[in-house]
Amino acid sequence: MGAADPLSRAFSALADPTRRDIVARLAEGDTTLSELADGYVVSVQAVSKHLRVLEDAGLVSRSREAQRRPVHLEAEVFDLMTRWIERYRRRAEARFGRLDAVLAALPDDPSDPSDPSADDGGTTR
Amino acid sequence: MSTPETSIRADADVPMIHITREFAASPEKVFRAHVDPELIVQWLGPNDLEMTLDRWDCRTGGEYRFLHRSGDEEHGFHGCFHDVRPAERIVQTFTWEGAPDGVSLETLELEDLGDGRTRLTIRSLVESFEIRDMILASGMEHGVVEGYEKLDALLAR
Repeated sequence: MGAADPLSRAFSALADPTRRDIVARLAEGDTTLSELADGYVVSVQAVSKHLRVLEDAGLVSRSREAQRRPVHLEAEVFDLMTRWIERYRRRAEARFGRLDAVLAALPDDPSDPSDPSADDGGTTR
Repeated sequence: MSTPETSIRADADVPMIHITREFAASPEKVFRAHVDPELIVQWLGPNDLEMTLDRWDCRTGGEYRFLHRSGDEEHGFHGCFHDVRPAERIVQTFTWEGAPDGVSLETLELEDLGDGRTRLTIRSLVESFEIRDMILASGMEHGVVEGYEKLDALLAR
């Protein structure tokens, strides 16, 4: 339950700006911890900690055999999450697009007699 | 002017969804489009569903109920308006009657950006991360379970 379920772990791992940046860099290709750490002001240890969170969330993996242990982005997991959020976002966007149209047709003055929806200014009662 | 984009963010610390969107209208107008029952039916419901308002009394202490219909399927939603401040803020509860024990707390805020523009933000707080992620992942559509199974499988590798 709670933050322990897989999707939540993935979402919360990505809530951190540094980790989002790490993911963006890994999207360009596998890289090592030291190469990654070069790009940040924080210590190698701190970057390593971020990587562990991403790894626990299933978003990245590190090869066990190679000496360099390159970090690899699990793009498939990432795509699935993004697709889900994107679908939710598109539904919200469709709703707000309709609101745009309603707003564009709305007269400036709420007591404008030409606006039938604002008869007495008390439509909520 | 570029097309306004809706931004969605899942909160890391609490089971909350943050929604942000800008509108080319004053906060007063955006507020009116939320309060007036004749206006709300024009935009709130999904395109492919028929939306009817049972009650819509958007003022502090008021309540609402609406229905979405698609063929034989009918979904009811209800809640109450906890705090309504003109052109500034609407705080309401929200329950999908398909899961009657569930309730979320929605806080809508309007920020005047000047030049007839408004930034709308909604914070939707639900009961657990699990429910939050289900809402994000599905919006109560089909395929939630398969989606989760697929993700579980991917994460288990």
